[in-house]
Amino acid sequence: MLKEYLTVSSIVGPLVFVEKIEDVKYGEIAQIEFGDGNIRMGRVLEVSTDVALVQVFEGTRGIDVYKSKVKFLGKGIELGVSLDMLGRVFDGFGRPKDGGPQILAEKDIGISGNPLNPCARNYPSEFIQTGISAIDGLNTLVRGQKLPIFSGSGLPHSKIAAQIARQAKVLGKEEKFAVVFGAMGITFEEAEFFISDFKDTGAIERAVLFMNLADESAIERIATPRMALTCAEYLAFEKNMHVLVILSDMTMYCEALREVSAARKEIPGRRGYPGYLYTDLATLYERAGRIREKPGSITLIPVLTMPEDDKTHPIPDLTGYITEGQTILSRELHRKGIYPPIDVLPSLSRLKDKGIGKGKTREDHSDVLNQLFACYARGREAKELAVILGEAALSDIDRLYSKFSDRFEDEFLRQGEYEDRTIAETLNIGWKLLAIFPKEELKRVREEYLSKYYNKL
Amino acid sequence: MNIGNIIKVSGPLVVADNMQDARMYDVVRVSDKKLIGEIIELKGDIASIQVYEETEGLGPGEPVFLTGEPLSVELGPGLIQSIFDGIQRPLDIIREKTGDRISRGINIPALDRSRKWHFKPMLKKGESVIGGDVLAEVEETALIKHRILVPVGVSGVIEDILEGDFTVVENICRVKTKEGINNISMLQRWPVRTPRVFKEKLIPKDPLITGQRVIDTFFPVAKGGTACIPGPFGSGKTVVEHQLAKWSNAEVVVYIGCGERGNEMTDVLMEFPHLKDPRSGEPLLKRTVLIANTSNMPVAAREASIYTGITIAEYFRDMGYNVAVMADSTSRWAEALREISGRLEEMPGEEGYPAYLGSRVAEFYERAGRVICLGKDSREGTLSVVGAVSPPGGDLSDPVVQATLRVVKVFWSLEDKLAYKRHFPAINWLMSYSLYLDNIEGFLKKEIGEDFIELRRSAMRLLQEESELEEIARLVGIGSLSDRDRLTLEAARSIREDFLHQHAFHEVDTYSSFIKQHKMLSLIIKYYSESKRALEKGVSFGEIASLKVRESIARAKYIDEHEIEKIDRISEALSQEIESKISGGGKNA
Repeated sequence: MLKEYLTVSSIVGPLVFVEKIEDVKYGEIAQIEFGDGNIRMGRVLEVSTDVALVQVFEGTRGIDVYKSKVKFLGKGIELGVSLDMLGRVFDGFGRPKDGGPQILAEKDIGISGNPLNPCARNYPSEFIQTGISAIDGLNTLVRGQKLPIFSGSGLPHSKIAAQIARQAKVLGKEEKFAVVFGAMGITFEEAEFFISDFKDTGAIERAVLFMNLADESAIERIATPRMALTCAEYLAFEKNMHVLVILSDMTMYCEALREVSAARKEIPGRRGYPGYLYTDLATLYERAGRIREKPGSITLIPVLTMPEDDKTHPIPDLTGYITEGQTILSRELHRKGIYPPIDVLPSLSRLKDKGIGKGKTREDHSDVLNQLFACYARGREAKELAVILGEAALSDIDRLYSKFSDRFEDEFLRQGEYEDRTIAETLNIGWKLLAIFPKEELKRVREEYLSKYYNKL
Repeated sequence: MNIGNIIKVSGPLVVADNMQDARMYDVVRVSDKKLIGEIIELKGDIASIQVYEETEGLGPGEPVFLTGEPLSVELGPGLIQSIFDGIQRPLDIIREKTGDRISRGINIPALDRSRKWHFKPMLKKGESVIGGDVLAEVEETALIKHRILVPVGVSGVIEDILEGDFTVVENICRVKTKEGINNISMLQRWPVRTPRVFKEKLIPKDPLITGQRVIDTFFPVAKGGTACIPGPFGSGKTVVEHQLAKWSNAEVVVYIGCGERGNEMTDVLMEFPHLKDPRSGEPLLKRTVLIANTSNMPVAAREASIYTGITIAEYFRDMGYNVAVMADSTSRWAEALREISGRLEEMPGEEGYPAYLGSRVAEFYERAGRVICLGKDSREGTLSVVGAVSPPGGDLSDPVVQATLRVVKVFWSLEDKLAYKRHFPAINWLMSYSLYLDNIEGFLKKEIGEDFIELRRSAMRLLQEESELEEIARLVGIGSLSDRDRLTLEAARSIREDFLHQHAFHEVDTYSSFIKQHKMLSLIIKYYSESKRALEKGVSFGEIASLKVRESIARAKYIDEHEIEKIDRISEALSQEIESKISGGGKNA
């Protein structure tokens, strides 16, 4: 029989202080029973000889100092996992939300997860074809990568994430595939968009959804991505599946973290976010990857909305330092009516070099992408210059670059929401666009590929 | 010794009482799980302990065991080719024993206790020795002869010295000192926070040759020097660090992955065994020691990792080697300091960093240098440190960047604008600097060529002029510039695109020898001066811009090191083409 404490001494924001405790451990899960029999869950954030500090996931509204009973369950937060989770919807704390039965857990796994030994990792190098040229061609995604989408409010990040989930495949292979979706603080409409998209395409059969919506407890959001990743680890490394994890919206997660930190009166780092935000985000993002001698993989696409489209805000900034690149959406392209509005220049995939080339995509891929980047960058510069001085002030070659950048946005970047381009199609569009330049301008492409592809398509 | 008693647990910080025997920075074992921790504050018998492992599940009342020793590393044969965590536990062996994930309370010695090394003494019985003398050379890898040194502070006469195959813990030598007999094995221990001792520090004089053109030619770092690479994410810090770890002409490289991505360490682990050292042809891993504390590993060990790394590097320096330390990234180390400082409720300095950040950074970089090692032979060793810094938003006013710039001598400023244009390495040539240019002038004149310094100066002048001319061109349009100015722009563009730009993943371009750099740079400067001569003789800029040889100049970087004389032929072709333009232009006029 577990001890019940009636010794709640104070309640501050999401935190509850319990006194006169015995044998309570750091990180332990706590169960708080209200006067009216309602039950909420919490986690021990700090413990000293007589006081435990408990963070309550569902918020502290209604908890009272005198009548609430606190029980410490002697274990950390766990998620019961099983293959039956596929096709189901859970709340942000891992409880069924779709009216279906409870999951008969194959086993319970702690949601914090132990760090993966760098020696056990397998370097991600398998090309994932998303069918989106801006990603496949220029900022290639590979299996086991963590590649966030940096978006802003009002930009179509959900559509892009759904399109990736729908179209992602590894060429020439039929493998067990699953999607785990963790929603933190997104609206009902956004959540419905994903659910109905998954339903329409039949993807729901192999999807697991963890939903913490905008009107639900903010503190629960701290657990949600860990639930999703724990489930993904189980599917990937125990059931050998290739799992795509989408976490949206990381900004809301970080704000929940800030709320707890502020309530604890910790010394804040930048913009009030806690100093350990980097470490905390890393313990989430670093759970993506591959393990040697295990067939499964976790590919992670966190979505975050940059406050005021500011890339230097702590959330995108720290995310960018942990993830293996970033896909940045541009409001300017979106205004021009280009979908997907991916700003390819600041976007980056760090793992692309090992995932492209002969035998993976095509031999000329690396050179073509370098050339496209260089040309588009110069084209954009030329266009900026033209804005100041007028088109006439450009040299002939710069006019060509300016024309290239328009066509690049219109033909290479722009594509339909349901258009699934193969990598060969993507590269051929690239060559078609590069053909407007004289051969000498294409310095980044090797001679052999120039003679094979330049003006040949 | 007394056994302490936990009274508080808050993340990586544990507070215990009954700790009257504790000393600052001593190592302790926390709870029956025997988690490793270090004492960072003492108040009466109450000690604050930073724990190097996850503390979930710990609670008040659990014991704390004192070891009475500061955090130390094991030094001896077996370091090379190993991968350690922040407190020198061997990650590859941990994986064999405990599986893919790192669990807690693992206690495995850093160096393999069962492996035997052949010990062949270089000194004989009866010879007198002092600390630092070389007892023997053990062949650790094909690239590294591990010199077994008489421990610091031991001096006397060799009583007995053995030959044969021994493990690192077996005694191989006995030295009779004033205090008595001293047994020496191949394994030594050294506290990580104390710099290793040397005889004398010297001014660095030779360049650390990295094969990266922008670094070697424009912003070189000396052997024994310090450099930092600050830059926003995506600007290529890690690629530069990897390139240096791969191609720099240090004999031993210690790569510290401090709070960075797990896959980056995996990349090194998987790639280095296959990459060949350009000088010896042996795999690069045979000269590399890896320290990995990835961003998801416990934060306190991150703080220790750079000390672990640099102590190992100092040990190889003391053998007389040229050692290079790559630390990626020192910002994560500083953040770990900040996190612990915050939990100790210390008064913060800038941005929440502790007030002692500056002095800790300075102490770390000051462990670099060119030194005369201990021992009678007065051999020389160098330790170079290259630290990456990851300032938030790429903002150079960040306290870690500022603290670092105060002490390092080379600054490679990475810029995201260049990275977006895929100009790599994205080192800004106008912002960066190196204070070693004078130190290594002698080396350059002797080894590379008398004209090299002048070439570099011309190239830098062109780049400077370019930035001024670009301003003007932006205001009045490029058409209104004189032909001569347009040639300057063209030549500067050639320096940027054909020389500074270097493709790290291209099989040839990834490494450029100094000879090749010299030839390439002379070629471009010759293109400029010859074209200028042609302009003066009445050839139009349009004709110069359409020189056929331009394309060959652009492709010179892809010329293999074995066929380096091809660059001379481009140079000849350049002379001919210019000559024909001049004589052709003369006819038209």
